[in-house]
Amino acid sequence: MNLSYENSFEIQGGNFKKAGDISVQIKKVLQNLGVPRAILRRVAIAVYESEINIISYANKGIIHIQVSPETVSIEAEDEGPGIENIELAMRAGYSTATDKIREMGFGAGMGIPNIINCSDTFNITSEVNKGTHLTMIIQLTNNQEEKN
Amino acid sequence: MTLFEIMDILDAKCLVGRKQLNMEVETAFSADLLSDVLAFAKAGSLLLTGLTNPQIVRTASILDIAAIILVRGKIAPDETLRMADELEIPMLSTRYILFETSGRLFMNGIKGCVERVGSDTYVTL
Repeated sequence: MNLSYENSFEIQGGNFKKAGDISVQIKKVLQNLGVPRAILRRVAIAVYESEINIISYANKGIIHIQVSPETVSIEAEDEGPGIENIELAMRAGYSTATDKIREMGFGAGMGIPNIINCSDTFNITSEVNKGTHLTMIIQLTNNQEEKN
Repeated sequence: MTLFEIMDILDAKCLVGRKQLNMEVETAFSADLLSDVLAFAKAGSLLLTGLTNPQIVRTASILDIAAIILVRGKIAPDETLRMADELEIPMLSTRYILFETSGRLFMNGIKGCVERVGSDTYVTL
């Protein structure tokens, strides 16, 4: 497999109508590149959860995706309120979601735990009143198909 | 079981995907919370839900969900139907409540895509 792809997508905070649009696009591109189905699904979930987070909480953000023969790397970087307590945010069920977010069916506090489940490597940094930066890496070689 | 048979069991109508009703499914996930759908639903399953916003279709597409069944007589708005059509995800609507819909499918051999969540499902620090 000769995989190579790189692109960045801008996301506007608060644009609930479009929530998930970019993730569906990215999934399609990666599918056409020939990323195996089980891995594609994990990438798509990680990107989707990141996109929903940016739309739900941040002013704006960028999702950067890079595919090499070995890995899919996703960076989700936003300008926004940041996360005050990262440990809490990583705990399943913890959420600071607004009614608007819950109305859409999200905000159950499963986003970051789910991203962690889908990623082989995960890193989060956040600064209050500045923004949040997620790094997710999913291995294409010796893949963990049983995951998710 | 085919979507045709499921329509019969649930006295459901087809809102989107008339040409895909021969599709076979064996498992399902029921929820009105997309966060949980994203965390637990498996590829190839049915999604049973009372939500009707476009996000159910995007979520289904991300997860490779086979088809969506709207419960409690819900009819999705045009925007949602258009998206389902575009992403080729069949959508049915039944007047049974979520519990009845799940129960009737289960009685006929459809199983949950996960029986219960694992103790390691949650990331605890």
